[in-house]
Amino acid sequence: MVSGKTILVTGGASGIGLATAILLAEEGAHVVIADLQDEAGASAVEQINNAGGKAEYHHVDVTQYDEVNALVEDIANRYGSLDGAFNNAGIEGPGAQIVKMSLKDWDRVVDVNLTSVFICLKIEVAQMLKQQTGGSIVNTASIAGLIGMQGSSGYNAAKHGVIGLTKTVALEYAKKNIRVNAVCPGFIETPMWDRTTAGNNRLKDSLQSLVAIGRTAEPVELAQAPVWLLSDRASYVTGVALPVDGGYTAG
Amino acid sequence: MGMVQNKTILVTGGASGVGQATAILLASEGAHVVIADLADHGGAETMKLISSAGGSAEAHQLDVSDYDQMRDLIAQIAKLHGSLDGAFNNAGVAGPVARISKLGTDDWDQVIRVNLTGIFAGVKCEVEQMLLQETGGSIVNTASTCGLVGMYGQTAYNASKHGVVGITRTVALEYAKKNIRVNTVCPGFTETPMLTMRTDVDPSLSDYFDNHVPMGRKGQASEIAEAAMWLLSDRSSYVTGVALPIDGGYTAG
Amino acid sequence: MGIVQDKTIIVTGGASGIGQAASKLFATEGAQVIIVDLQEEAGNETVDQIAFTGGKAEYHSVDVTNYDQFKALVEDVAGRYGSLDGAFNNAGIEAPSSKIVRQSLEDWSKVIKVNMTGVFVCVKCEVEQMLLQKQGGSIVNTASVAGLIGVQGASTYNASKHGVIGITKTVALEYAKKKIRVNAVCPGSTDTAMLKRLTGASQEFTDYLNSVVAMGRAAKPSEIAEAVLWLLSDRSSYVTGIALPVDGGYTAA
Repeated sequence: MVSGKTILVTGGASGIGLATAILLAEEGAHVVIADLQDEAGASAVEQINNAGGKAEYHHVDVTQYDEVNALVEDIANRYGSLDGAFNNAGIEGPGAQIVKMSLKDWDRVVDVNLTSVFICLKIEVAQMLKQQTGGSIVNTASIAGLIGMQGSSGYNAAKHGVIGLTKTVALEYAKKNIRVNAVCPGFIETPMWDRTTAGNNRLKDSLQSLVAIGRTAEPVELAQAPVWLLSDRASYVTGVALPVDGGYTAG
Repeated sequence: MGMVQNKTILVTGGASGVGQATAILLASEGAHVVIADLADHGGAETMKLISSAGGSAEAHQLDVSDYDQMRDLIAQIAKLHGSLDGAFNNAGVAGPVARISKLGTDDWDQVIRVNLTGIFAGVKCEVEQMLLQETGGSIVNTASTCGLVGMYGQTAYNASKHGVVGITRTVALEYAKKNIRVNTVCPGFTETPMLTMRTDVDPSLSDYFDNHVPMGRKGQASEIAEAAMWLLSDRSSYVTGVALPIDGGYTAG
Repeated sequence: MGIVQDKTIIVTGGASGIGQAASKLFATEGAQVIIVDLQEEAGNETVDQIAFTGGKAEYHSVDVTNYDQFKALVEDVAGRYGSLDGAFNNAGIEAPSSKIVRQSLEDWSKVIKVNMTGVFVCVKCEVEQMLLQKQGGSIVNTASVAGLIGVQGASTYNASKHGVIGITKTVALEYAKKKIRVNAVCPGSTDTAMLKRLTGASQEFTDYLNSVVAMGRAAKPSEIAEAVLWLLSDRSSYVTGIALPVDGGYTAA
């Protein structure tokens, strides 16, 4: 579905990012993984290459403009173009009601989850504008970007903000062959899910019972959505926030 | 292997426009397509196009607002093919362009009957069948950007399409644990006979549509078909109750 | 009796625009208004105008992004009046209009800080106080239509206003059982200094902005204030976690 495309995946060393990187490679893309987890990143590349795909890993802090800029420039120089990007790097919030949430934690969640998307979008769009072929960008928002969730004001604010960026930038460059969409994952079996549920089976069960489909998703189920949105099959889809959430936001 | 390999999928309104494009695409990706349409030839042309490309299809005449007809067709499909794996409830009418003070109750009734009650009948019968199947199934309904936002002169159409989104979200919740997914596609201005009907009457509308879409152009029926197919396939296994706009950015702003 | 009679209500950004209109309206409806703003002259003038018509208001120069400062204010207000019954977190700024490739990181940081982090700080302090009160309280945050949909040239502002809605919905859920309600208003184009800065002296741009609103005009600040007043009053006692567009139909289409 994405044969021959060069696609950047931030936060691609684990969880949703890793699953998406693997699927993109299976579907023919050359995948550039950006992350801070060097060991996991190297391991991801090995896994993909061994399976016959093409991937590379770069240590990049997506909150740092210069680092992201250098990476995108490097990709464009070596491959001629950046065809797609999955701005997925993110962290969970501290899990506290607002009176117990510190300003420091707030700043950090907003910085990594929202400001980094701003930075990445800005740089990716600038590169894609130089290309005749445009490009497709997908941002990882969340169901928390569509609705409220207790104990999550920082994360929710940031993820709502990601949707705001998505819709606006989609409008700005729709005529330039650049599409921008967001995926809104529900509860997905990733290290983030493990951390937020902290091995608490009762909590896991109660959260899953809130989902219409009654279970969490495998990361590969989530990955299908950004892969589709990054492909030319979604050529008339832009500015959309697509829930992949087992019906969580339907009710 | 095709994205919907070996699946039996019903496409209503499959004789033209988005329905036809979807039927063709599904067949090219390995599905056996059951084309249903009110039109006299009942989708025979679509079937021919599919067969000549090496795909597998059959055509039936169907009034989607006739519950008994719908139920009989689905029973027939299940008997003949073993299961109904997917359904694209796409049949719909545009209704007149008129502000509410000029919208006749007959026109209202007709649009609601086909676009909303027709979807209700389709989804009901399809779910009843899919509940008998271990493998569940996937249903996609054609709503519209008019199911998400208002549109001048389109009260009946809007109400019906908002209603389709409502049915979709609710039924999605009801059967999510039964391996039955229900989603909608929300096309924007798409190059189909339904749109041509408008632009033939008023050619300036074509430019108007282009200018009001961020992408600066109308959608192609095949672009809508791609989204419907993805939602019908197993690739969207965790997606249910969703209203997916394929609208060139129309509803983003 | 006014619909917010004897309530003590903070209004941030209360010295001009929507905030000023709200301050005056709340005072007319019987509230003790606490105006928070960095524009000292305008703040004091607003207090004078309110006093002149028999209302009760006071002005404080406080930076809404400074937790300690704002906390001290809330404690002071609650100490002197017995409680903080409502808050209109309205202080906000815009970034210069440009597509994302020309938006600066500096403007990004500034706008996120005031519009989003500022709301976080204020809501946090207000909730901390209201939790001590049996009667709870009502908080309204100024988001924007730009918190609901995309707006070209406003990526920074959009992100911040979407974020405000995220805070609103979440905190509403967290304290709903504690009689603390949290809602957002989403103004469209409103006749304020912010709009004047956006349109410059361009009548053409003003006309364009009016043309995309179903009502064909911008709102008066008092029209936004009326919505906020209602949300702060006990009349909206079952309303929480909503983002209410006050936009002349802009987001309906």
